[in-house]
Amino acid sequence: MDTLKAENVNFGYGSHQILKNLNFEMNNNQVIGLFGDSGSGKSTLCKVLTGFINDYEGNITVNGQKHKGGYNPIQLIYQHPEKVMNPRWKMKDVLEESWMPDDSLLDEFGIKREWFGRYPSELSGGELQRFSILRSLNPKTKFIIADEISTMLDAVTQVQIWESLLTVARKNEVGVLVVSHDKNLLNRICDDIVYLADITD
Amino acid sequence: MTKTEENKQGFLNLNLRTKTLLVTVIALIILVSVFLSNFLIDHQAVLTSNFYNINQAPSFEHLFGTDWMGRDMFMRTLLGLGISIGVGAFASVISTVVAILLGVFSSVNTLVDEVVTAIIDLFGSIPHILLIILVSLAFGGGYYGVIMAVGLTHWTPLARVLRAEIKKINTSEYIKLSNEFGKSKLWIAKKHIFPLIISQIIVGVILMFPHAIMHEASISFLGFGLPAHEPAIGIILAESMKYLSMGYWWLAFYPGLSLLLLVLLFDLIGENVHRLLDPQSAQE
Ligand SMILES: Nc1ncnc2c1ncn2[C@@H]1O[C@H](COP(=O)(O)OP(=O)(O)OP(=O)(O)O)[C@@H](O)[C@H]1O
Ligand SMILES: [Mg+2]
Repeated sequence: MDTLKAENVNFGYGSHQILKNLNFEMNNNQVIGLFGDSGSGKSTLCKVLTGFINDYEGNITVNGQKHKGGYNPIQLIYQHPEKVMNPRWKMKDVLEESWMPDDSLLDEFGIKREWFGRYPSELSGGELQRFSILRSLNPKTKFIIADEISTMLDAVTQVQIWESLLTVARKNEVGVLVVSHDKNLLNRICDDIVYLADITD
Repeated sequence: MTKTEENKQGFLNLNLRTKTLLVTVIALIILVSVFLSNFLIDHQAVLTSNFYNINQAPSFEHLFGTDWMGRDMFMRTLLGLGISIGVGAFASVISTVVAILLGVFSSVNTLVDEVVTAIIDLFGSIPHILLIILVSLAFGGGYYGVIMAVGLTHWTPLARVLRAEIKKINTSEYIKLSNEFGKSKLWIAKKHIFPLIISQIIVGVILMFPHAIMHEASISFLGFGLPAHEPAIGIILAESMKYLSMGYWWLAFYPGLSLLLLVLLFDLIGENVHRLLDPQSAQE
């Protein structure tokens, strides 16, 4: 079993402290919901956990190991998929930068092969988000941090995408941290819900 | 989107691309032939005076007319444009090297970045013509001085663009993600950064030409540039000023117009190449 641990994490933008003495733990068989007020620092925490922000204090470890170079076992799925894709790359290159999933996985996420030849600006937000999710499902991933990944999708697509993501995550034993303002969604898909206020001082 | 719609769009895209490519190639052919014509023209014959043909208005025999020494203005203009292109090319090479070095340097750390920015701002803040004249004098004036001056003062816009572009790319989220995918710095530079700035560099170089050409012509016109015996356009224009009041309009009109067209051709090529290299902005 893999364990993701955040111990005594402090972080602020400049002098503006956002995360105060945060402690959090989950394992790779869990799907945990993270809930909190708008502006309370959830997205900031997601970036800290996944290495997008690295000038924080404290420890973030997987099985006691800090991530130092190489593939990060904790991967972030972003609210805005277009920001994490090189706008001049075709979708095939975007996906392959992480790995190339087999056909069944592509089908599971409803990704059409004809999209591979297009640029990110030529796909819809929902279509891009599927690529983003699939990219993070590299076999080397142990934890996925999903920061409001379905906010921009319609209800049907939202259900589809979560179903696909969670099916694969459960099968590959990848832990998922779900950040959302949608209490119903969290109640439905998560084993447990934590409040940001409860894990910080 | 249906299949046929997609095909149609693909066809239109291709058409636009082909058209752009065609225009660029034609413009290039004109430039290259102007430049090469310099090696085929007998300079001696063109530049010696012929007093039977003094101050003739444009005709089929002398398309651009002749000057007060009976020299054919079309030939003189061609030679002048050749010099302009030569100076422009040399200036572009020097300036590009300087711009790339500074742009890449600035991404090393914030201290270096500040120094680079200060240098760029310093050079950018001195009036360009003045700067060219000063550098030219520092190199002892003449042919050599002008070329060095024009070359060493045109890198600021490209350096600024490259610095900003590299910085923007480096702080973008997809570069951070690339790091998290375990990609090395070299891999990121090669796959992400270089392809994004290479088009800026190529376009920057082409668009540097018109600037360099105009500046060389300006300072030659002002008398700080190429020596008076060179058939440069700036010098032709300066000379012809004396004859304008006598009604010999063609002496200034055609060389000036040719220089303008040359500059516009480079602009056209620059814009088209930009569109070809940058499919994103071409689609907008
Ligand atoms: N790059 C930044 N520089 C400075 N301050 C920032 C930056 N990003 C976020 N903040 C601030 O940090 C605080 C936390 O932001 P964060 O995005 O983590 O909140 P959040 O909990 O994700 O909110 P939401 O639920 O609305 O997405 C906010 O007050 C925000 O203004
Ligand atoms: Mg947020």
